[in-house]
Amino acid sequence: MKILVVDDEKDMQMLFEQRFRKEIRNGEINFVFAFSGEEALTYLNQHVHEVVLILSDINMPGMSGLELLKHIKEAHSIPPPVVMMITAYGDAENYNRSMQLGADDFLTKPVDFILLKEKLKIKV
Amino acid sequence: MIAEPIIAFFLLWDIRKILRMSTDVSGWDKKIKLTIFAVAGLFVIEKIFHLEQVTMWIWHFLLIAIILTINFNVVFNAARSLMFAVLPFVIISLFSDLFKLLLGNEYEVIDKYVDVATIFSIIWMVAMMIISKKQRRALEKERLKTQAEEELNLKLARQKENLENIVAARTSELVKQKDELEKALVDLKATQAQLIQSEKLASLGELTAGIAHEIQNPLNFVNNFSEVNTELVDELQQAIDQGKMTEAKELANDIKENEQKIVYHGKRADVIVKSMLHHSRSSSGIKEPTDINVLADEYLRLAYHGLRAKDKSFNALMKTDFDEKIGTIDIIPQDIGRVILNLITNAFHAVAEKKKEQGDGYEPTVSIITKTINGNTQVRVKDNGNGIPDKVRDKIFQPFFTTKPTGEGTGLGLSLSYDIIKAHGGELKMETKEKEGAEFIITLPTK
Repeated sequence: MKILVVDDEKDMQMLFEQRFRKEIRNGEINFVFAFSGEEALTYLNQHVHEVVLILSDINMPGMSGLELLKHIKEAHSIPPPVVMMITAYGDAENYNRSMQLGADDFLTKPVDFILLKEKLKIKV
Repeated sequence: MIAEPIIAFFLLWDIRKILRMSTDVSGWDKKIKLTIFAVAGLFVIEKIFHLEQVTMWIWHFLLIAIILTINFNVVFNAARSLMFAVLPFVIISLFSDLFKLLLGNEYEVIDKYVDVATIFSIIWMVAMMIISKKQRRALEKERLKTQAEEELNLKLARQKENLENIVAARTSELVKQKDELEKALVDLKATQAQLIQSEKLASLGELTAGIAHEIQNPLNFVNNFSEVNTELVDELQQAIDQGKMTEAKELANDIKENEQKIVYHGKRADVIVKSMLHHSRSSSGIKEPTDINVLADEYLRLAYHGLRAKDKSFNALMKTDFDEKIGTIDIIPQDIGRVILNLITNAFHAVAEKKKEQGDGYEPTVSIITKTINGNTQVRVKDNGNGIPDKVRDKIFQPFFTTKPTGEGTGLGLSLSYDIIKAHGGELKMETKEKEGAEFIITLPTK
């Protein structure tokens, strides 16, 4: 399973690689990292259909996670990739906007990886 | 023989007139009235019954009596000049009759002299009477004048008292007003202090949201890497137990790297909190050498996150162009930071508004440029929003002036910023082009 993680914080890559080291070692999950919305879109366009799940931060400089979400959902790929928002802002407005734009789930930072792993099991 | 009764009559009449001018002498007044009647009566009788030879002596006696009365009564002081007027005549007349009686025929010798004397005495009498009358008139005039003056003085005194009362009343009114105004001034100063404080709090509030986000990220790493390390330590112990040394070494390495991340992000959070406390504290008022590029960058990011916290859909391109040659300048960092924050926040608001109007196709951009020019340090905050319309241009630095809807801004931001820059000996200027954007330029002396 290929998962694309989009966050402007570079340490997120190390964090994910540490917390999913077992799954990565087993080959269950393969992570790719993009550090901006634009980077994410470029990757998706170059590797169509490869990514099944996208985890994206909302507040990033340049294109925001919500804009990225909109672009992904409008791209009409079949099947559409699952998109979950991970963000420090857990307020209702962000949540509603995300849901409106078609996000599949909404998580707040600090990331609870145990919860995340369970959600992944369900979704995939 | 007519002269004496007539003189007596007029003398009495004049005396009475004179008497009337002075104070209460009603006793004398009656006596004089009586005497006048007596004189009139006696004169009539004398003419009817031809008693001249008898009455002649009565007239003499009367005249002398009158003269003596005037002379010896203080009451008649005013009539003394009259007395002197008639005195020669009376004496000459008396003696002429006495001589006639005593000398008989020999009287003719001195008759001429007596006549001349009589004429002179009459002239004297007339002249004295005229002078006396003149004097009296002058005296009367003086008296009236004095009376008028007294009346005037009285009137003036009354007016003066009246005016003093009015002035006292006005003064007490004014004192009351002054007290009220002083109190109002105290209230206004207190309100002003409150408003400035609320402006600071407002700008602080804008920061807090951004800061919360800023802290969540490092906190995320601290918590998660710590949890990972807990697991890794267990795996490490297992590997050691199993003797898998290479694996153990790898794990130990991972743990070390993770700890470094934890320390790094922990410190990051610390810096953020400190900077927030720094901003909320009242300015120390002391200048310290500050790297303006670092300050500008810090507040730019804080402002950006603060705005995103309030408006989730907000997004803007941030451009920075920092002149590395600036080094440090002596400024009060909280104050200048507040100014930069204010300008950046305004810029972000401007482009956010334009974005709402124009939607896609418009790229909101806020730039900060620092430069050293002519021995001064310049910080420029530029945006490509809608600019500032002409009619508003002179007002933007005025306190309480705002174009935001009620409740959204205190209108004090630019005015406080202007004051802060001025206090540093610098200048805050604005350039704008309507529909295209605005640029605020801070110029600070480098030394």
